[in-house]
Amino acid sequence: MNNMYTFDTSTLWAALPEIFLLSAIVVVLLLDLFLTKPFKQATYYLTQISLFITGVMAFNLIDQPQTIIFSGSFILDNMASVFKVFMIGSTMVAMVYTRHYLIQHALFRGEYFVLVLLSVLGMMVMVSGYSLLTLYLGLEILSLSLYTLIAIARERAGAVEAALKYFVLGAIASGLLLYGMSMIYGISGSINITDIANFAANADLASRETLILNFGLVFLVIGIAFKLGAVPFHMWVPDVYQGAPTSVTLFLSTVPKVAAVAMLVRILVDGLGAMHAYWADLFMVLAVLSIALGSVVALMQTNIKRLLAYSTISHVGFIMLGFVTGVISGYGAAVFYVFVYILMSLAAFGIVILLNKKGFEADQISDFKGLSKHSPWFALMMLVVMLSMAGVPPFIGFYAKFFILQQVISAGFVTLAVVAVVFAVISAYYYLQIIKSMYFEESDKDITIVAPMDMQLVLSINAVLILVVGIFPDFWIKLSLSLF
Amino acid sequence: MLENYLPIVVFIMLGLGFGAGPMLIGYLLGPSKPDEEKNSQFECGFPAFDDSRMYFNVRYYLVAILFILFDLEVAFVFPWAVVQSQLGWFGFIAISIFLFLLVVGFIFEWKHGALEWE
Repeated sequence: MNNMYTFDTSTLWAALPEIFLLSAIVVVLLLDLFLTKPFKQATYYLTQISLFITGVMAFNLIDQPQTIIFSGSFILDNMASVFKVFMIGSTMVAMVYTRHYLIQHALFRGEYFVLVLLSVLGMMVMVSGYSLLTLYLGLEILSLSLYTLIAIARERAGAVEAALKYFVLGAIASGLLLYGMSMIYGISGSINITDIANFAANADLASRETLILNFGLVFLVIGIAFKLGAVPFHMWVPDVYQGAPTSVTLFLSTVPKVAAVAMLVRILVDGLGAMHAYWADLFMVLAVLSIALGSVVALMQTNIKRLLAYSTISHVGFIMLGFVTGVISGYGAAVFYVFVYILMSLAAFGIVILLNKKGFEADQISDFKGLSKHSPWFALMMLVVMLSMAGVPPFIGFYAKFFILQQVISAGFVTLAVVAVVFAVISAYYYLQIIKSMYFEESDKDITIVAPMDMQLVLSINAVLILVVGIFPDFWIKLSLSLF
Repeated sequence: MLENYLPIVVFIMLGLGFGAGPMLIGYLLGPSKPDEEKNSQFECGFPAFDDSRMYFNVRYYLVAILFILFDLEVAFVFPWAVVQSQLGWFGFIAISIFLFLLVVGFIFEWKHGALEWE
């Protein structure tokens, strides 16, 4: 009894990136308090440095043997490490874009960066979570930071509304998720994913006793769908994306999706993989609805952030299709799609932010009018991003859709694939509309670009990567497939 | 058997007496001249029965938030203190990290002036 809580410090190395990041957050928070006005930029650089070191630590843990620590509630495997490196990299890119926006709109505060770091910490805990409690804990660290990040522009009515909406709906989603978790715990007697997987594998799923397992599963799927923003749990997505400051939308629409997919994999694939037949049916409905609604409703949008929100919903549908297949190559295709989606979404929102300047919030499609005259280079970049999102070869978005559909067809769901392709074609219309605005319409506004060089450079690299990875996708595909 | 309960009865009587006695004496012997001011809430606080959508100073909100923060801290420290002898150094270090993070939050709010009423 006395030795029940002995603690082996030699296993702590597996959580080193998280431990470092938490310490860095404390340092950044305290340092920012004591920095005087002319040195406020230091917070930004310190944030980037902290992220970079955390990323290097996570990178060094790739290819370590699978390690489960903290009494089975924290896992270090390749998926966790690769996801962490990818999330941190995307956050660093997002922060480069963010700084321009924050300076232009007088939102530059130290707390902003601390909150971003905290949400990254939450996501890292989520990605490595191997018990329901750890996963939920990570999710809440992430969500609470995001609610506050949106409300950081508290003078804007839209931002406050978005934060409140997100908070209320997010709390409901968390509640549903917890309810599902409590049922899974009730029937299986454990919150550890390993034990749940063992229980589910040995349970007689058709019997009345395990009905509650099914019941809990439904709530878990609803919670995850809420967090991913899949139809019919998508209501918050357009409103939050539109209301939040664009730099927060950029962050919100990219990195947390990786964490949400990681949570999905941990709970549904690792934990309840034996019940795949049950949750795949739910996913099928969610995926088709998401693709359909995301593609059709986006046609009527005039606000670019809202349009990208609906585009996100349809991308989430494609990601979920990958999980419907129930085979490892299908899951790999879904993870590949997530990587691609993040790359495209970063670039798309990056270009929206690029057009921002003091007193001018670029968030309408009409703000892109005549961009090709003022800045042919970034018009070209936007063209690349939009064609990639529409799924035109040789851009990377094509391969992402291609692999998902290939897996869906080889798993025997031909109808699903046909529906997805039809709606993908419909969605091409609104991507092309933006290109039309940029190249064939005249602007009535002055749209000179005032963004700093570092942002222009990173944005260019980001957009060029969409083309380059599209031509040489092998590495990413192999990487995605190796995670399962 | 029943006489075992006598101490409890005595305890209840004493408790009632201590609570009700002074009030009763005050009510019987004290002068009573109520007016509107005397019948209203003491010093601060809101009218107990009022429209729920009334306006109130936002500072109350801040105080409430800070209170919750440090109230919850105690909720974690109490169970820890009960089992501290079994937890040993691991427990001590864990609670120290927890308290350290709270202190960081405390420094943050202090420096931002959240503890100043004006």
